[in-house]
Amino acid sequence: MEMIEFIKQPWAWYIAGPLVGLTVPALLILGNKNFGISANLRHACAACLPANISFFKYDWKKEIWNMFFIVGILIGGVLAFNFLSNPNPIIINDDLRTELATYGILNIDGMLPTAIFSWENLFTVKGFLMMVFGGFMIGFGSRYAGGCTSGHAISGLSNLQLPSLIATCCFFIGGLIMANFILPLILKL
Amino acid sequence: MNNSKQNTDFETRSLDTICVNESHLEHKWYHNIKYLIIGLLFGVVFIKAEIISWFRIQEMFRFQSFHMYGVIGSAVLVGMISVFLIKKFNIKTIYGEKIEFHDKKFNKGQIIGGLIFGLGWAITGACPGPIFAQIGTGVTVMIVTLFFAIVGTWVYGYFRDKLPH
Repeated sequence: MEMIEFIKQPWAWYIAGPLVGLTVPALLILGNKNFGISANLRHACAACLPANISFFKYDWKKEIWNMFFIVGILIGGVLAFNFLSNPNPIIINDDLRTELATYGILNIDGMLPTAIFSWENLFTVKGFLMMVFGGFMIGFGSRYAGGCTSGHAISGLSNLQLPSLIATCCFFIGGLIMANFILPLILKL
Repeated sequence: MNNSKQNTDFETRSLDTICVNESHLEHKWYHNIKYLIIGLLFGVVFIKAEIISWFRIQEMFRFQSFHMYGVIGSAVLVGMISVFLIKKFNIKTIYGEKIEFHDKKFNKGQIIGGLIFGLGWAITGACPGPIFAQIGTGVTVMIVTLFFAIVGTWVYGYFRDKLPH
């Protein structure tokens, strides 16, 4: 039982980070697969609506391993959240907590603020910007950049790729601009 | 039926995605179960270290916590050491294949697309991987976000020739 109690605590960065890093050699050694998740969004397009666009005309079935990988992430999310969940309230930075409270975000349980990310809010301006437009930017941006945090920041940097370093820096610059300058305006809506 | 030529040109493929299958072997479908298990473990780490938490992402971009920097930094370090060892000792896959690496070429997309991706990352707290774990935690509305990420990918593919690269 002590082991389970130990696992239920939030994991420190120096445990989680190396485990994430080990995904790179694990996928390479298990079958020569380059770690990268946003490619699945492209495979979904290729599988469902290639629409004669050359970018989507390739043998997506060859990449089906990656779909197994994301189904695994989904199942892992369900299992960890339901059976290994931290019983204590989540602790976040005090300044952030105070600021979020001014936007009406008081409930900080779980992984997302339910005051925003809910089906009821989907058709409000704020909800639409954050869930629909936000999703669009993730998909459009990661494909335009040729990869996401996993493909560029983890895989690409692991292989010392300069373009991946440039992409990773741009991910951060975009995130800094959004979190500090644009998101506060959206949250005020 | 669509008889047009499949896009097999590696140049295009590697420009657009570095997340590819380099194996030349063909396996039965159940060989993919091992990737499901790796994904499952990965999903557990996502939740347990709160990497997929919108709140942790906000803390990161506001420099209010070291946690995410520690996670990403140590992940990259372990990844680098692993890749170095694989190259140095010429480690093969479990099927005895040589492990292949390809260099990425720079194009403007990494800057423009990277910035757009960053905006989306901070607003949703999700990247294409974490979004599946977020759905797994019961925030089912993130299925809509996932759907529009696929739409975004499709729109990129549609306008690809007209965008600066």
